[in-house]
Amino acid sequence: MKDYDIVIIGGGPAGLAAAVSARQSGIDSILILERDKELGGILNQCIHNGFGLHTFKEELTGPEYAQRFISQAEELDIEYKLNTMVLEVGADKIVTAMNRDDGLFMIQAKAVVLAMGCRERSRGALNIPGYRPAGIYSAGTAQRLVNMEGYMPGREVVILGSGDIGLIMARRMTLEGAKVKVVAELMPYSGGLKRNIVQCLDDYGIPLKLSHTVVDIKGKERVEGVTLAQVDEKSKPIPGTEEYYSCDTLLLSVGLIPENEISRGMGVEMNPVTSGPKVNESLETNLEGVFACGNVLHVHDLVDFVSEEAASAGRNAADYVKEYRDAAGTRKVEDIHAEREIPLVATGGVRYTVPSTIRTAHMEADLKVRFRVGSVYQNCFISVYFDDERVIHRKRPVMAPGEMEEVKLTKEQLLQYPELKKITFKIEEE
Amino acid sequence: METRNLTCINCPMGCALAIEMEGEKVIGVSGNTCPRGDAYGRKEVTNPTRIVTSTVRVTGGDADMVSVKTGQDIPKGKIFECVKALKDVEVHAPVHIGDVIVSDVAGTGVDIVATKNVACR
Amino acid sequence: MYDVIIIGAGVCGAAIARELSRYQAKICVLEKEEDVCCGTSKANSAIVHAGYDAVTGTLKAKLNVRGNELMGGLSEELDFPFERNGSLVLCLNEAELPNLQALYDRGVANGVKELRILDKEEVLQMEPNITNDIVAALYAPTGGIVCPFGLNIALAENACANGVEFRFNTEVTQICKSEDGYELWTDQGTFRAKYVVNAAGVYADKFHNMVSEKKIHITARRGDYCLLDKEAGSHVHRTIFALPGKLGKGILVTPTVHGNLLVGPTAIDVEDKEGVNTTADGLAQVLEKAGMTVKNIPVRQVITSFAGLRAHEEGEDFMIGEAEDAPGFIDCAGIESPGIASCPAIGEMAAGILRDKMGLIEKDDFISTRQGIRNPNNLSMEERNVLIKENPAYGNIICRCEMVTEGEIIDAIRRPLGAKSLDGVKRRTRAGMGRCQSGFCSPRTMEILARECDMSMFDITKAGGNSKLVVGTNKDTV
Repeated sequence: MKDYDIVIIGGGPAGLAAAVSARQSGIDSILILERDKELGGILNQCIHNGFGLHTFKEELTGPEYAQRFISQAEELDIEYKLNTMVLEVGADKIVTAMNRDDGLFMIQAKAVVLAMGCRERSRGALNIPGYRPAGIYSAGTAQRLVNMEGYMPGREVVILGSGDIGLIMARRMTLEGAKVKVVAELMPYSGGLKRNIVQCLDDYGIPLKLSHTVVDIKGKERVEGVTLAQVDEKSKPIPGTEEYYSCDTLLLSVGLIPENEISRGMGVEMNPVTSGPKVNESLETNLEGVFACGNVLHVHDLVDFVSEEAASAGRNAADYVKEYRDAAGTRKVEDIHAEREIPLVATGGVRYTVPSTIRTAHMEADLKVRFRVGSVYQNCFISVYFDDERVIHRKRPVMAPGEMEEVKLTKEQLLQYPELKKITFKIEEE
Repeated sequence: METRNLTCINCPMGCALAIEMEGEKVIGVSGNTCPRGDAYGRKEVTNPTRIVTSTVRVTGGDADMVSVKTGQDIPKGKIFECVKALKDVEVHAPVHIGDVIVSDVAGTGVDIVATKNVACR
Repeated sequence: MYDVIIIGAGVCGAAIARELSRYQAKICVLEKEEDVCCGTSKANSAIVHAGYDAVTGTLKAKLNVRGNELMGGLSEELDFPFERNGSLVLCLNEAELPNLQALYDRGVANGVKELRILDKEEVLQMEPNITNDIVAALYAPTGGIVCPFGLNIALAENACANGVEFRFNTEVTQICKSEDGYELWTDQGTFRAKYVVNAAGVYADKFHNMVSEKKIHITARRGDYCLLDKEAGSHVHRTIFALPGKLGKGILVTPTVHGNLLVGPTAIDVEDKEGVNTTADGLAQVLEKAGMTVKNIPVRQVITSFAGLRAHEEGEDFMIGEAEDAPGFIDCAGIESPGIASCPAIGEMAAGILRDKMGLIEKDDFISTRQGIRNPNNLSMEERNVLIKENPAYGNIICRCEMVTEGEIIDAIRRPLGAKSLDGVKRRTRAGMGRCQSGFCSPRTMEILARECDMSMFDITKAGGNSKLVVGTNKDTV
């Protein structure tokens, strides 16, 4: 059995950034396992621009952004295997994977970085009634067909869900010759960026119907039309508001779910809110030496933040391996777990935090705590309490569930509170 | 005098901008909460521009399509003309990021460039 | 001229074809869809009932018990997934205890073995997620679950291996009595046969009424279902029913042979015999009623919902036999629940009728076994590596949710009566049946289908007919 210091599962933006930073932190033995035929992950099909403003201070398309990291990984001679599916990872960090050339094989890793990304929610998750004809696609599947394979999934399109992928696909389908009739959104606000609403819908005169959902799908073989209806505060369709749209295609952009089947199989503890692993300040899961980053950890809004987070996971994995080596192959587990973990509590409008716990001794100088809010807030404050003391109180003109928020904590700050029991994050009106 | 209403795209606030026009001239912008809104409003009513991204077919490559973009913003009114100009374009592998696929697309003076590397099959 | 034409390639048509293929006869199956298992057989509870439900003495009772007995052996012979997971019928209030006892008595009278009545503690120990309102339950260890696609496809493939011809996309439009049998007009020309078997599911009344003056009427009774992620698959281990009320067997909660959790069905009579659309009310009813027998069903884990149609005949029993006024026309009609459980016995019975009438002689080269699509997940690492070395396609995962390899998909397409559509591949390999519901794998499966069948991507369908998946290329209409 071959062994590597760090095995990274997934060669998308998270996996690549983690690999690059681990190498830069002095680890030679790194392997990326990627299931697709190329590195770059979902960015390869996101051909629109708007990526990289934070990381590279310029606007790049998805493939260009991915290439920046692929080039770095290649320059740093990081080893990777394509078309390789990881079937299982044991709690002992034995990775079982498979491809056409190597067959089924096992690798012993000292540290594992989980970077598998996420998948789209399907029709079933919404229990949309009606027939089950051809012509119902998740927005990402349609994006792959159009952008990578050059096939049009349909001519007349209704889109359910106004997350960014749905909005982007409205414009893509329009530019490729389809007629996008309407975008319906269950919530009273869009989950997408303002800029996308203006440049993907308004520019092309595509109506956005908020508080609407699909209540019926017509067509036995191919979609013939869908019925939309308005919904009440509880998201229940309001009788009498039904409106029929003839179309041959229904695209669904109704949310993303971190793909954690491998993590669960290993025994990684999950956060039910994010559907991603619970991690500490080092982005390490409850299993020591197993780190998580990117959309497998929590669904991000911008890839720039994925890269930043993953770089941190890569550094931490590198540190773990070095520690592992210094101790002649065994880490002093007791020491690590004897250290106090301060829980981060998300409440009052804050849905979750990543990380979930902090061990002050292991913090880098700065730690970005990321989270999302549960609804739209205007002119409210993000507050952070160390036990009962409010230590951060920052006004934000607007916060929305579609955008990730972040708060920076410093090690210096935490060291001043040696007895700290918990850190609470909440949204306050004043 | 005429008023045009726009949504500002600079941040999630999405301020509802009202732009007072006299003919082609902007008299004033209201509804914005920061200077970026003012600038956006003025540009959007006088010279709205967009980056256009699309795909063209590749032959002999390890992919069937290559993604492309306009090297710079083009006038919003030229978007469809630009897309039409890409309709029957076919390039041969290899393609590199930045390669000019169509120069001076739709008379905009802007080139269409590749945004992805495609190696030979 | 065929000796026998069977209308319909669902579980009954396929089971009859397989049993008849033991004999020296020229047999053909006509199916209006592009594949086997496209009607009632593909969307049902997939339960191999123990046999206590049906009224003693009915065909339903007799064939259910017999079919259940045969299923184990058949699954070994024909290599399809079947598991005797046992079933529980819950009694939720004291007043209904006599009904539970009556069900037990009926089961015993029907010949169901090993039936027991369990008290509350025993039930909760067995199935901790059952509602605390439980008073007692009837336990039938012989109850089972099956892959209905696997069963149907296995029967058809084995029949095919034994010489039965299958004609797909062939819809019978008229049947006329001829001098030596029947003429069947179809959209693909006229077929002639000495004997006809009517296994047309919800359309069996249409064909029966073409040849018989004793009219029958089949009502399509729709059932809506929700299928949950494999993560929820062990929420219960046995198939959980509520004590039958006036509205049939009610909503069941069961694991599937592939490890998902299935809840349903509703029972709604519909006019349209293709009306397999779920409704919001129906789906809501499924989840609500399921919650009455099993607690804490993780409804957020629903990955898909679907509806199927049962072929309900007013006589309330299976109608199997020669139509009184149409000699040589054998009905196999009104096959609703427990149809899946009964199908091996239905095949035996219908084939027996024809054998006796026609004086059929057994072949000496009947092939009794069939090998299913090889599932590499069941192999050891060494065996799997030998397989991948022989055929690297077995090292290439296409469906990441169900871990289906390209090798399995190619096998599904290339084998006799192979898959021709996305759904055909799905029913044979489970590619696309997992939690992402084919979001990731459908473009890749489409490519494989196009390559293997030498078809254009524009001709690839979800399920035959006009169910095209892509309609053009980028900018073709710009």
